[in-house]
Amino acid sequence: MLRRRVIPCLDVRGGRLVKGINFESLRDCGDPVDAAQRYAEAGADEIVWLNISAGDERWPELLAAVERAAERVDVPLCVGGGITGPEQARELLLAGADKISVNTAALDRPELVSELAGRFGTQCVVVAIDAARSNGSWKAYASAGHRPTGRDAIAWARDAAERGAGELLVTSIDSDGTRAGYDVGLVAAVCGAVTVPVIASGGAGGPSDLAAALEAGASAALAASIFHDGIHSIAEVKREVAACGLPVRI
Amino acid sequence: MTEVTLIDYGAGNLRSLRAAFERIGAPVRVTGDPADVAAAKRLVLPGVGAAGPAMRALRERGLDTAIRGSRAPLLGVCLGMQLLFERSDEGGIECLGLLPGSVRPIDWARRVPHMGWNDVIGDGEPAVCYFAHSYAVACDDDVVAGRTPIDGTDVPTVVRSGRLEGVQFHPEKSAGDGRRMLERWLAA
Repeated sequence: MLRRRVIPCLDVRGGRLVKGINFESLRDCGDPVDAAQRYAEAGADEIVWLNISAGDERWPELLAAVERAAERVDVPLCVGGGITGPEQARELLLAGADKISVNTAALDRPELVSELAGRFGTQCVVVAIDAARSNGSWKAYASAGHRPTGRDAIAWARDAAERGAGELLVTSIDSDGTRAGYDVGLVAAVCGAVTVPVIASGGAGGPSDLAAALEAGASAALAASIFHDGIHSIAEVKREVAACGLPVRI
Repeated sequence: MTEVTLIDYGAGNLRSLRAAFERIGAPVRVTGDPADVAAAKRLVLPGVGAAGPAMRALRERGLDTAIRGSRAPLLGVCLGMQLLFERSDEGGIECLGLLPGSVRPIDWARRVPHMGWNDVIGDGEPAVCYFAHSYAVACDDDVVAGRTPIDGTDVPTVVRSGRLEGVQFHPEKSAGDGRRMLERWLAA
């Protein structure tokens, strides 16, 4: 039976692992490859790297880190953040990323999704959607959640999947960083609208939150701070998910 | 240990697969030269992306002929396994035709691509491996060495016949179970 996935997300700037402090300063937290390998050994089903470099001057460092990860990490690696066109996607995939995730560039030019799927295969194209509640529905936001697009997030999810996204990474802007749980309504709405796998993101505070997102239909649940801060382990989350009767890889 | 020759036909990244073999002590040569492939002692045919462009790339380089003419053990990985069969519905193309059977879309599953970790049940130790594919092989039972349940339907995910073996999952991304699979293939 296909297992539900538990995915730690790492913020990477250039070739370094970073953590944000009050959204302003960034603290260097070491080598992202070491962290990815530690999580893989701890049972992570996949690793997501979110590139938060401003501009492209640190792109070569990111590529070099992806290359090192491909050599050492024996679970899949998805890299997203700052991909504006097929050429950057190609560079990441050649460096060793198993999947690439696009967000703002796909909102600005939805044809990008079909271009990527046609060139590299549906299975390595993830479309990330940042969504916030608005009058009983959800709207999609670009530029790391800062720029409203006015687009209905569920309609965009459906459109992205039809254009060839092999997976959707759906983040609730309302819940992100709160540790108060995922926006389960958003997860369920997206899962009901598409037939590609959905990764739930934003708001994990503990193992039961990840289990709830998976029960709502997500194929995978992504979390960052609860893992990085050592509050909860991957194994702890998986035990909780299994206790809910959902299949996980132990 | 016998050198593993990884066939490079421009289909993308071979770094993970190369590293997976090197981690278990196998020397790896990466080549797109048909003469190297013809002379290789052990071959690995990788593959990501779509079947059509992959077959075209193999033919343009003369690698299809070299693969067919080789007597060496060959492991096809993911799309590389699918290419071993006669034809693929993905683009409606002829494949290498080394194994009887064809490649069909996974059109019955609730979610496609079949993405993530799933069981591989067959003649080896039960394993849980990482998959990412939208097409699956349909072939006779006698070449099937392992299967994976996808929403109620078992599909062949390990095939074996003579010198040929194919795996639909990504052993290089399947942690310990993937490593053991590669070790077994190297020892066979």
